[in-house]
Amino acid sequence: MIRLKVSLFITCLGELFYAKVGKDVTEILERLGCEVNFPKGQICCGQPAFNSGYLNDAKKAAKQMIRAFEDADYIVSPSGSCTTMFREYPKMFVDEPGWKLKAEAMADKTYEFTQFIVHVLGVEDLGAEYEAKATVHTSCHMSRLLGEKEAPFRLLKHVKGLEVIPLPNNYDCCGFGGTFSVKMSPISEEMVDEKVRHIEETEADLVIGSDCSCLMNIGGRINRKGKKIEVKHIAEILNHHVKGGSHHANENRESTLL
Amino acid sequence: MPMKIGNQPFFDRVDEGINNDFMQNAVSSAQDGLRGRKLNATIYDKSLVDWEIWRSAGEEIRRHTLENLDYYLKQLSDNWAAKGGHVYFAETVEDAQHYIQKVVKQKNAKKVVKAKSMVTEEISLNEALEDIGCTVLETDLAEYILQVDNHDSPSHIVVPSLHKNRGQMRDALRKVGYKNSDKPEEIAAFARETLRQEFLDAEVGVTGCNFAIANTGSVSLVTNEGNANMVTSFPETQITVMGMERIVPSWEELDILVTLLCRSSVGQKLTTYVTGITPGENIEDVDSPKDFHLVIVDAGRSNALGTEFQSALHCIRCAACVNVCPVYRHIGGHAYGSIYPGPIGAVLSPILGGYEEYGKLPYASSLCAACTEACPVKIPLHELLIKHRQHIVNGEGHAPLSEKLAMKGFGIGASSPSLFKMATKLAPKAMKPLVKDGKISKGPGPMKPWTHGRDFPAPSSENFREWFKNHKKETKKGEE
Repeated sequence: MIRLKVSLFITCLGELFYAKVGKDVTEILERLGCEVNFPKGQICCGQPAFNSGYLNDAKKAAKQMIRAFEDADYIVSPSGSCTTMFREYPKMFVDEPGWKLKAEAMADKTYEFTQFIVHVLGVEDLGAEYEAKATVHTSCHMSRLLGEKEAPFRLLKHVKGLEVIPLPNNYDCCGFGGTFSVKMSPISEEMVDEKVRHIEETEADLVIGSDCSCLMNIGGRINRKGKKIEVKHIAEILNHHVKGGSHHANENRESTLL
Repeated sequence: MPMKIGNQPFFDRVDEGINNDFMQNAVSSAQDGLRGRKLNATIYDKSLVDWEIWRSAGEEIRRHTLENLDYYLKQLSDNWAAKGGHVYFAETVEDAQHYIQKVVKQKNAKKVVKAKSMVTEEISLNEALEDIGCTVLETDLAEYILQVDNHDSPSHIVVPSLHKNRGQMRDALRKVGYKNSDKPEEIAAFARETLRQEFLDAEVGVTGCNFAIANTGSVSLVTNEGNANMVTSFPETQITVMGMERIVPSWEELDILVTLLCRSSVGQKLTTYVTGITPGENIEDVDSPKDFHLVIVDAGRSNALGTEFQSALHCIRCAACVNVCPVYRHIGGHAYGSIYPGPIGAVLSPILGGYEEYGKLPYASSLCAACTEACPVKIPLHELLIKHRQHIVNGEGHAPLSEKLAMKGFGIGASSPSLFKMATKLAPKAMKPLVKDGKISKGPGPMKPWTHGRDFPAPSSENFREWFKNHKKETKKGEE
C-alpha cells in the first residue's frame, strides 16, 4: 500500500491554543495510512497582516511558508480559513513571477483536513462514536472561498450516536474576522451574540466547526454567557472512541476549546 | 456634504445602530426574506439552467463596457443629441447641481417630481433645488415616507426605508394627514391619492437611470410602483441623471443585466415596469415630455478608472451584497454615514468621497465574503476592501500606530521561524497571570475589546512541536 506523505500545517492558533486538535488530526491521518510530518519552519500563514492591508509583511510570512513546505507532497491543515490563505498566495505575487509559480504549486497541494479525507483519501466513515445532539458552524472562508460546504457533514453523518441539527442562519458570519473582532469589537460582539442565539435555538449541547478561530469566538461568547454548550473542532469528534485507535483517541480528554 | 449622512463619528453611529432594536429587527427580517426570494429566483430557478453562467455573462458585459467607457459614452451622447435631447457631462457634484438648477430656472419651474434615484441623493439634488425656491417631491412610496418624516435618509440602495417598520411608516405619514392603519394597501392608497395632483402640477420630472443604452441613445428605468412612468410622462421637461458607468452597449446586454438586477435585488423575475425612454420618440403624444436632458455624473468615478478599483464601477446597484451582509444586519444603513451603505458602500464611498471621510468603512467587514458570493456581476467586494486597507496603510489614510508596530513585529517574526517558535513557547508563561479557571476574562491591550463580551482561551499547556517529536519517536519504536 502506498503511504501518502502529508505535511501538517497546524496554524498559529492551533499551535498556541489548540494543541489537542493537532494531536487528533495527526492520529486520524496516521490511522488512515498517511505518513505525517511536521515541517519545522512553519509559522503563521500571514492572514492577519494580509487582511489588515500590510501586504509586505504578509508576503514575508508567505515566502517563509513556501520555503517550509517546498518538499511536501500534500499539505493538510485543520482550518478552512488558513487553507484558503495558502490557496490565495498566488494573488499576492503578481509582481514576483518566480514566487508566483512556487505559490501556485503550493496552493495546488494544500487541503483543509476534512476536504483531504473525503476528496483525496475517499473515506467518509472514520469509525468514531460521539453521543451528543450537535449543530455545525459553517465557516465563511471554508464554504465560500475554498468552496468546501459538504465534507464536514459527510464525515459527521457516520459518527455513531451523533445527532446533527441544522443551524438557522448558518450562512451568517460568526463575527470573528481576525483583527475585525478587536478593531470593530462592538459589531463583532453583536454578530457572535446572534450566532450563539441561533445555536441555542437548536437546543444542541455541542457545536462543531472546522476552524478554531470561529470556535474560539463562538466558544468565548458561550462561555461568557455561562451556557452549558460544548464547542469542539471536528477532528476531536472524528477521533473520539475509535475502535483500534491510539490511546489518545480513547481518552475522554477535556475540551481545549472555549 | 453630498453623499454624507449625519455628522457623528463612525463608532457613535455604530452604537446608535446596535442599540436600535426596532431597526435591527426590521433589517434582519427584511434580509432573511430577501435572501429566500433571491435564492428562489436565482440558483434554485431551473429555467435559468445555471445561475453562474448568467453571473459570468454579467461580469463580462460590465468589464467590456467599462474598458470601453469612452467609446460608449460618446455613442450614447451622440445618439441622445441626434434625437433632440440635451447632454451634459458633470465632472463634479457642483457641476451637476448647477446644470440642473439652470434648466429648472429656464423653465420657470416651481414644482419638481422625482422618481427614486441614488445618484440624485449622491449629488444632494433636492437641497440644491430647494435652494432656488423649488418644491421637490419624492414619489417613490418609501422615499415619500422618508421625505415627510423630517427628511430622513435612505438606509438601503433599493429599499430606502428598510430601517422602518410598518408602524413607524404609518406614524411618519400622520404628519401629512394620514388617518388609517399600518396596512400596506391603505398606505399605498393614501400616497396614490396625494401624489396624483402633484404629478399633474409639476413642470419638471427627475429620474435616475438603471442603464443607458448606447446604440440607440436611450435610458431605461426598472421599477415596481409606476411612479417613474408618471414622472416621465406628465411634466413638460424631463431630466435623467445617471452615474457615468451606468451604460450598456445595446438592448441585448440590457436584457441580461435587467434579469440579473431584478432577480438579485428583490427576487423578482421581472419588475412590474421596465421602461425605455428615447428623446423625441413619442413627442407627438399628448403625455410625452417635450424637452429631454441627460446629466452624466462623474463625481469621483474617474478615480477608479484604470485602477485596481475599476470593478467597483461594474456595480448595477441591486444591493444583493447589502442584503447578505452580517455587518449591515447589525448596524443598519445609516451607520455607514454614506448614502451607499453595506459592502458596496464601504468600497465605493472612499473612492468617491476619500479616506478622510470614509476611511473607517473598509474595516467595517469581517471579510466573510458573503458579498462577493452574492454579487450578480462578480465584483470581488471583500478583496477590494482589503485593497482599500492596503492604500490606507501605505499612507493615503490613517492606520493606527499600534497596529503598524504590531504588524512590523509580525513581519520580523514571520521571516524567522526560530523567533516564531520562541514566541509560541513563551506565550503560555507570559499569559499565565491573566488566566483564571482555564480562561482569560479580562485582558490588556488588544485583548481588552475581545474580552468585553467574550472569554479568551488559555494557551495550551502542552507544546505541540514537542508532542509531535515524542509521538514520532514512540510510533517508530512501535514499528520496530
